[in-house]
Amino acid sequence: MSYFLELLINGALTGLMYSLVALGVVLIYKSSGVLNFAAGAMVMMGGYVVWLLGSWGLPIWLAIALALVVMFAFGWLTERLLLRTMVGQPIIMIVMLTLGLDVFLRGLGPGFLGTEPKHLDIGISMAPLIVGDILTNRTYVVGGVVALLLIALALLFFRTRLGTKLRAVSDDHVASWSVGISVAHAVAVSWGLAGLCAVAAGTMWGAVQGVDWSLTALLFPAVAVVILGGIDSIVGALLGGLVVGILGSVIPGYVDSLVGGSTRDVVTSLVILLTILIRPHGMLGREDIERI
Amino acid sequence: MFYRLSGTHHTRYAQTRQLWPIPADRWQIGLLLALALAAPFYMSELYLSSYMLPWLVFSAATLALTLLMGLAGQLHFGFAAVMAIGAYTSIHATRAGVPFELALLLAGLVAALIGCLFGAAALRVKGLYLVMATLAMQFLVDWVIVNVNVISGGAVATLQTPQVSFLLIPIDTLQARYYLALLWTVIVSVLILNIKRTSYGRALVAVRDKDFAAAVIGVNIFRYKLQAFFTSSFLGGVSGAVLAFCFYQAVTPSQFNFDVTIQLVAMALVGGLGSVVGGYLGAGFVLLAPIVLLNLIARLVEAGWLNVSTSLMAHIPLMLYGAMIIGFLLFEPLGLAKIYDNARKYLLVWPFRHTQS
Repeated sequence: MSYFLELLINGALTGLMYSLVALGVVLIYKSSGVLNFAAGAMVMMGGYVVWLLGSWGLPIWLAIALALVVMFAFGWLTERLLLRTMVGQPIIMIVMLTLGLDVFLRGLGPGFLGTEPKHLDIGISMAPLIVGDILTNRTYVVGGVVALLLIALALLFFRTRLGTKLRAVSDDHVASWSVGISVAHAVAVSWGLAGLCAVAAGTMWGAVQGVDWSLTALLFPAVAVVILGGIDSIVGALLGGLVVGILGSVIPGYVDSLVGGSTRDVVTSLVILLTILIRPHGMLGREDIERI
Repeated sequence: MFYRLSGTHHTRYAQTRQLWPIPADRWQIGLLLALALAAPFYMSELYLSSYMLPWLVFSAATLALTLLMGLAGQLHFGFAAVMAIGAYTSIHATRAGVPFELALLLAGLVAALIGCLFGAAALRVKGLYLVMATLAMQFLVDWVIVNVNVISGGAVATLQTPQVSFLLIPIDTLQARYYLALLWTVIVSVLILNIKRTSYGRALVAVRDKDFAAAVIGVNIFRYKLQAFFTSSFLGGVSGAVLAFCFYQAVTPSQFNFDVTIQLVAMALVGGLGSVVGGYLGAGFVLLAPIVLLNLIARLVEAGWLNVSTSLMAHIPLMLYGAMIIGFLLFEPLGLAKIYDNARKYLLVWPFRHTQS
């Protein structure tokens, strides 16, 4: 029983950290209808920027703060230079553009900074946290808290003036244009916000497993999270993250020893497939997105 | 050569309907085919085995994918998995004693059947969701191949292809392997060129452009989407088998992972969706351009003009490849086929600017 609880808690915490990545995807999809396949690479870039600034001798809080600025600008510029020219193109072009960006960044980061994993020390002790007879990683706990905070912040943000504009844009581009909202600006802001999420995710995941190209593999669980939770729902990202994280921890915990490992990817794949077959818009997504 | 449309007057319908109505196109195709057939005689073994062979086989695979993505408009992000199914099926079949010719067919059939399962998702969703569904299947197939030891022999094991003969000719030399790959690529090209001219091809295009409208004029969307998945996966499966037997000769699961899928989609897109010429150009460009550019940079480094660290050197192909995808999508979304088409149309009537129409 305690083994199950341990898997459950650790899964939930991992899932919250998936939500951190998924939040960036949701923000972009909400405003522009683009599914960002470069989300994993942006997380990696976030981690690299924090590490790079830290290696210049900056204290970690300053490094993270500066990284937030850098990645906001990065997201903004990506939208400005790449995605804006693709408005109105078929979906395959946009998907492939973000995949191309993913490939490019996967070369750029490790190419200039070296392939070995960068150790990111954010001042969390490596000693395991033991509550009762459950053993967990302190970084996961902090990551879960950060994820919850960011999701709460995102929900609050959508109640501000700028957030209301973003909501209007996500409802209907033409209608928001006609009442004087700059759609282009709103979309660019959402990319910038996704950059901020990437820094948070990159820092936390980097603290867990080191910063290297393998962070881009987070794209896959993040996709499962947004599909399950509803591709345009922030609360969905939270719930989806919890479900994907728990399933991806509990099932491998019992099945891995029987079939020889790495069932986590299978669980993630099955979550995507079953969601699409049974309820394409996910748990909390809007039903009219695109289906037959 | 000079004003190549001059003197070309078709007087019968059969003439205008032939595959290449303009004589200039016909002799160009003939020339290219002759060049390809003679390649083992003027190319060094290295170039033949490491550039020509993969280019041909990947062209065939790209054409199979472009049938699905370009003609039928169904996005597929699990094509490397389809090829893997073909490759592993053919190897296990030949090991069990099935003749190679039948094993190739079997590879295609198994890949097509599993590919239709992929396609079953296509009947319910489209666009982005289809991308996700096929993506999930890529990972599932990968996992099955890696973890079922009967198929792959283990995650890091390589599976040697057995010695086979095709139509009594033993496939043991580089030349034999090259000609087999060439034969398959030519078959796929002719097939796809002709599919575009049949009612089947037109139905696929109708489904791609607007499936409701296609249904209204009497095209059975369900059937044609499934058929598109079947045909394309069949060709993909055989291409995978040919890739395994002619190029790799020893198969590991990592040769068919998600990165290969991205590469195949990039080939189809860079070449130009739905175009046969584009299939060849795209495959060649995506495979060879990063290598050529890397060699160029390596020269510059040797000459001391550039200072590049080894880890950067190792990642330059990846960066170039990503930048290439982005560049093409931004500046020439219709791909290399469009560039070729523009050049061809210009040269057809050169030195004049326009045709009569």
